[in-house]
Amino acid sequence: MSEVIIAGIGQTEVGEHWEIGLRELAIAAIQDAVRDSGGLKPQALFVGNMLAPNLSNQAHLGALLADYAGLTGIEAVTIEAAGASGGAALRQGYLAVASGMVDVALVVGVEKFTDKIGAGVDAALATTSDSDFEAVQGMTLAAQAALLMKRYMHEYNVPKDGFAGFALTAHANGANNPCAMFRKAIKPETYTKAEMVSEPLNMFDIAPNADGAAAVVLTRRDLLPKDFPHPLVRIAGSASSSDTLALHDRKDMLYFDTAQISAGKAMKQAGIVLDQVSFFEYHDAFSIYAALSLEAVGFAIKGRGWKLAEDGEISLNRKISCATMGGMKARGFPGGAAGVYQAVEAAIQLRGQAEASQVTGAKIALIQSLGGPASTAVSHIFERFEA
Amino acid sequence: MEIPRHWRLKQQRYSLVGEVCPHCDHKIFPPRDICPNCGDEAKELFTFSGKGEVYSYTKIYEAPTGFDANAPYTVALVKLEEGPIITAQLTDLDSTPVEIGMPVEMVTRKMRNDGDERGIIVYGYKFRLRT
Amino acid sequence: MTTPHPHSPTLLKPVKPVGIVGYGAYVPRYRLPAKEVARVWTGGKGGLPIKEKAVPGLDEDVITMSIEAARNAMLRAQIDPTELRAVWVGSESHPYAVKPTSTLVAEAIGAVPNTQAADWEFACKAGTEALVAAMGLVGSGMGHYAMAIGMDTAQGKPGDALEYTAGAGGGAFILGPAEESLAIINASYSYVTDTPDFWRRENQKYPEHGMRFTGEPAYFKHITEAATHLMEASGTTAKDYKWAVFHQPNTKFAQRVSGQLGFSPEQIEPGLLVPVIGNTYAGAAMIGLTATLDIAQPGDRILVVSFGSGAGSDAFDILVTDAAPLRAGLATKTQEYISRRTEIDYAMYVRYRGKLQMK
Repeated sequence: MSEVIIAGIGQTEVGEHWEIGLRELAIAAIQDAVRDSGGLKPQALFVGNMLAPNLSNQAHLGALLADYAGLTGIEAVTIEAAGASGGAALRQGYLAVASGMVDVALVVGVEKFTDKIGAGVDAALATTSDSDFEAVQGMTLAAQAALLMKRYMHEYNVPKDGFAGFALTAHANGANNPCAMFRKAIKPETYTKAEMVSEPLNMFDIAPNADGAAAVVLTRRDLLPKDFPHPLVRIAGSASSSDTLALHDRKDMLYFDTAQISAGKAMKQAGIVLDQVSFFEYHDAFSIYAALSLEAVGFAIKGRGWKLAEDGEISLNRKISCATMGGMKARGFPGGAAGVYQAVEAAIQLRGQAEASQVTGAKIALIQSLGGPASTAVSHIFERFEA
Repeated sequence: MEIPRHWRLKQQRYSLVGEVCPHCDHKIFPPRDICPNCGDEAKELFTFSGKGEVYSYTKIYEAPTGFDANAPYTVALVKLEEGPIITAQLTDLDSTPVEIGMPVEMVTRKMRNDGDERGIIVYGYKFRLRT
Repeated sequence: MTTPHPHSPTLLKPVKPVGIVGYGAYVPRYRLPAKEVARVWTGGKGGLPIKEKAVPGLDEDVITMSIEAARNAMLRAQIDPTELRAVWVGSESHPYAVKPTSTLVAEAIGAVPNTQAADWEFACKAGTEALVAAMGLVGSGMGHYAMAIGMDTAQGKPGDALEYTAGAGGGAFILGPAEESLAIINASYSYVTDTPDFWRRENQKYPEHGMRFTGEPAYFKHITEAATHLMEASGTTAKDYKWAVFHQPNTKFAQRVSGQLGFSPEQIEPGLLVPVIGNTYAGAAMIGLTATLDIAQPGDRILVVSFGSGAGSDAFDILVTDAAPLRAGLATKTQEYISRRTEIDYAMYVRYRGKLQMK
């Protein structure tokens, strides 16, 4: 297998981009990434997108975006795995280059939430759950996470504000990310007083849906431009795993099997152990997901993921730095782009360009993209190495 | 309109018809033809009693399209007496606070309109507190 | 077999003796006090026809309510649903103008596909119409069991006299051979004329009524004629019946007609539910009977007389068997449903009944 390098990265600000359409958003990130790579010419485009056929009435994004990126003629397809679409697209790009079949792969994640307004967005999101046996009950993704959180709090006697640490960490870190939707730290009272969305889940347990696009250019080391200016970051491990779509079909819904399996495989491939991970970009679409991911990956024992956050152990340069650029909570949750944002942010950290958010001596990143309540989990290990 | 989908699922929706594994007697809902317990084929129909208890619950204030007329409403994970957990709304709640472990029973209720009020009415299972 | 005679009533009596093998009631849990309607529309002035009425929840209609009553009837009958040869639902408030309530109910209780299914319509006696037809189906030997349901989520125009009483609820009955029954239906008698006391035109949301004309020439005339003829032909008087159930649009009408026929307040007491659940239209006589059967003892004789506007009455002469007390305990009783009570105000009622103009 060839060594796969993150040659270029690009991202747009996450937010409500009323004036920018799906294609313009994606193209902005693509242009950034291609420029950052020193002008590499992609041979294949993998688009991570969750809901464009529903939210924007636009399917077939591969051809559309290749065309608008001036890449007509290349291979171009959409990869969909709900919230894990971005991570899944990254893995397809990785496989293409690693296999030697593609020299330069372009991965773009894009989501345009604001093309639809109102209750239709929740209905669209609910299509990523089990439509016949969950969504038909009027279920929303937030309610699904609330069911999980309620049970978790019941089983492990978590106090009322036990999950506050996730939002506090995310917002503290997002303050330094120029692409984040929210760039302001919050006080503990903000969490405590936040409006309840679906008991026990409040506004600050939920990452805000927002528009955004992020892109990476992948290639083999020998194809990098001669004057490539960045420190080298390679994909050292990549794995994906799937579980039941419906929460009610799980043997143990309080354990994210896929998060454990995919992270374990990716680390094994990279030849590292958990202690070597410099920071962990988890998929905190809901704070309960973050807690369960910390437990599944092995940073906390079962039932104690929330405590890690409460104790401040996931803040920058503590036990395990998480959501270093704000995570989904503060950077925003741009659906199928989220997993690619994680890749971009991890590359920035490993290049040592994260400024105030910099994880000291960052060498190895674990990034994990989840679809639904870890019905899909895609994990990647990024590693900085010296040429 | 999604008539065929709702029509196809009517037995599950109206009366909790699932499956029982002929090999290990595992009860299955929703039906999936393959036993999640032993992995063998399981196509024998089994009608659940509709009795269970609340495994988890939450309330939805901002409902997705099609459910807005009923908001706010409570959804729950219900652990059926026969084993499986299912997702369902709780209905006929009064001022009694819902708690994990409360006994509930299945009732057949209106779920939503298929499309608007010109479309068919989708009926299905919900649960209410058992007295 | 009956012998037609120009000057005597013609009883409807099956060839094979028929009885009730199972029955079930349903009443939704929400209650709107009549004084709440008066508060909104009359400033609280004037007498109230009932105490309160039952109101269906947002996710309920005649289909869901019929399913629950039918399931209760199945619990008491202890028969295989595939043995039902008919599932009939009488109502003024079928959820669909075109598409049967009965097929969905039959599907939900597992009675499909080898069965008759139909929706019945005759104002407030649509339920007892189905009951008479079920007697015919079973009594003729065409089928072993048949189910007849009377269920309504009654409509009353906002501010109208009917709004105080238009309630929700009803009952389901499974008829079968008399020897398997918890109550034998000795005979029925139907009395109908063209009397326009109450109606609802196509595509109209609320019914119209003839105000005082709904009384003497309609309700009282038809019920007394039907009851009198049935009792004469059966050789009985009011004293032969332990209990009586009359259609009950309000408390006063039911009390008065029973008095006119020689029944005491005690005889109608268990089946007089209108004060606490309102007028359940096609469900009214049916649920009056389920409540009476819940407490009836072997040997009790029950007179049931329905009334449907337009107009007609079906009268039934019923004899309770030894099986009744045991089977009464096999499902939720009518009074248990009535005791499940959540009071709502007029604003909530307006929302629950879809009276807000949303577009």
